Amino acid sequence: MIRLEHVSKVFSDGTEAVKDLSLDIAEGEFCVLLGPSGCGKTTSLKMINRLIPSTGGKIYIDGVDTQQKNVNELRRDIGYAIQNIGLFPHLTVAQNISTVPMLKHWPRDRQRKRARELLDLIGMPPDTFIDRYPAELSGGQQQRVGVARCLGADPPILLMDEPFGAIDPITRHKLQEEFLKIQERLQKTIAFVTHDIDEAIKMGDMIALMKDGELIQYADPATLLAEPKDRFVRDFVGADRVLKGLRLLRARNVMKAPKLTIRLDESVESAIHIMDERQRSWIPAIEDNGRFLGWIEREDLESSASLAEALTPAISTATPRTPLNEALSMMLGSATGAVAVLDDADQLVGLLSFSAIREVLAIDDESEGE
Amino acid sequence: MRRLIVPLILSFVLLGITAWVTSLGTVGIYRIPQWNEVLVATFQHLQLVLAAEGLAILIGVPIGFVVSRRALRWIGAPLMVLTNIGQTIPTLALLALVSIILGSGFRAAVVGLLIYALLPIVRNTYAGIQSVSPVVIEAAQGMGLSRWQVTARVELPLARPVVIAGIRTSMVVNVGTAAVAGMIGGIGLGKLITIGISVNVFELMIQGAAPAAALAILLDAILGLAERWMTPRGLRKESPRQGKRLAKVAQRMS
Repeated sequence: MIRLEHVSKVFSDGTEAVKDLSLDIAEGEFCVLLGPSGCGKTTSLKMINRLIPSTGGKIYIDGVDTQQKNVNELRRDIGYAIQNIGLFPHLTVAQNISTVPMLKHWPRDRQRKRARELLDLIGMPPDTFIDRYPAELSGGQQQRVGVARCLGADPPILLMDEPFGAIDPITRHKLQEEFLKIQERLQKTIAFVTHDIDEAIKMGDMIALMKDGELIQYADPATLLAEPKDRFVRDFVGADRVLKGLRLLRARNVMKAPKLTIRLDESVESAIHIMDERQRSWIPAIEDNGRFLGWIEREDLESSASLAEALTPAISTATPRTPLNEALSMMLGSATGAVAVLDDADQLVGLLSFSAIREVLAIDDESEGE
Repeated sequence: MRRLIVPLILSFVLLGITAWVTSLGTVGIYRIPQWNEVLVATFQHLQLVLAAEGLAILIGVPIGFVVSRRALRWIGAPLMVLTNIGQTIPTLALLALVSIILGSGFRAAVVGLLIYALLPIVRNTYAGIQSVSPVVIEAAQGMGLSRWQVTARVELPLARPVVIAGIRTSMVVNVGTAAVAGMIGGIGLGKLITIGISVNVFELMIQGAAPAAALAILLDAILGLAERWMTPRGLRKESPRQGKRLAKVAQRMS
């Protein structure tokens, strides 16, 4: 969809901002351009819509050389959102969102309808917000409108330059989540610039890590974390890259099917017997229909008359979709050191334990030893 | 229309003073100009101001705009210094210089005023366009607005309040300067003031000065309204939401 071939940029003062950059972004892919400031990621992004003219190489969109196109028409087919948002302060939210549709001469009622649609999409009630001015919105709301504006004419491609950079962490987190949900539905081809490794891992299908104008590693987040190509990449992703990698995995990738369960109508003696025989200090208790109830711990059994009395309810439970970093945090807070994975009907479908997670993390022990 | 009350009261007071002086008929051995003479002088004065101001807008806004372009910024900054220096030249000296070159009369007075009125307009136009956030312009370009569309739809509307503020300043200064120009050209309210000064009769001076002051106040009030009206709603100081709510209340009341 977007193809950069040996693209370079030398500014008039002789600075080489981008050196021989080749990059392929597939249709529907979320590609993050990541790197420290001054690495050429923003320059690369702006060369795609020709806000900065390249000084070497070619950029193709859908196989067409961008240089062959009328620059304004090229840009109207590419959504563009920037860190400082750049909403037009003299225009209403609706007019801002309709910027490109207006340039494309859409009929007025279609522009209006589209603006309402997009406000719904970004979770801002159209009736409240459509005729407001940017000065009447909070920072997060402005950022949302900025995103809506870049989606205005439903372009297949979005270029986003740290669109969530200038807002507080809580709002940023929320906007990231929302935008991922939107992207799941819209499947746009996205080039997204950030210097924040966490954001890159969270958002990107692919990450292009750049340094001094050069592409160092182009890989999906899991590969980048597990197999950093060199010292720079390893330093950039950070010492906690193993923990970061947890975020990419879901409970369902790691959980083990429960081999041993117990029902509350069984006797305390049989429970003691089973647990001692299998050397378990705990066992999950379920109902007849498989619904998870909580834990039976060995040490509680001696003093209990029935299993119902000995039952320890679980503080928190995971779903198969829970990211492993959250599951790990539940584990640390759980008395048994295990987390029950429940499906939507509260059926026990799996168990997560430290040993299971450690198995998954064994991926790159050798690179750790340097 | 609350903001019109003070200017209107002041103008009425000043016109009342004029009327009182005119009704005197004579002061000592001197004849006081009659109503029709005062009206003609006021009208001339207004003509002078409007002609100079109109020309200053026609010339000044394009100059201010052109020197704000990126390619011409190297002219812009020194030019702003020049306009600042220009405003420190004493009015009388400049007008005297013009009258030496162009002689006296209406046309010479217009040229003299024009030079003076030009300065705030050029400066504010330049400053207004410069004040448009580069981020907003980048966003506009990035979305595919052509160079001309960026100017017409983004830069000019955002710069407009500052440009109009410059015109307002220029106009008010102009009314005062026109009185001086009139002294040299022998026209407008300046002529009445000159006569008053030369024979040292206070009432004669007042008869020229009071209508000039009223004119300045009224023109300023009118341009103040224009400034408000031409400021895009999203840029107004008070919350536009509040404005809208007030409008709704007013609608319901009427």
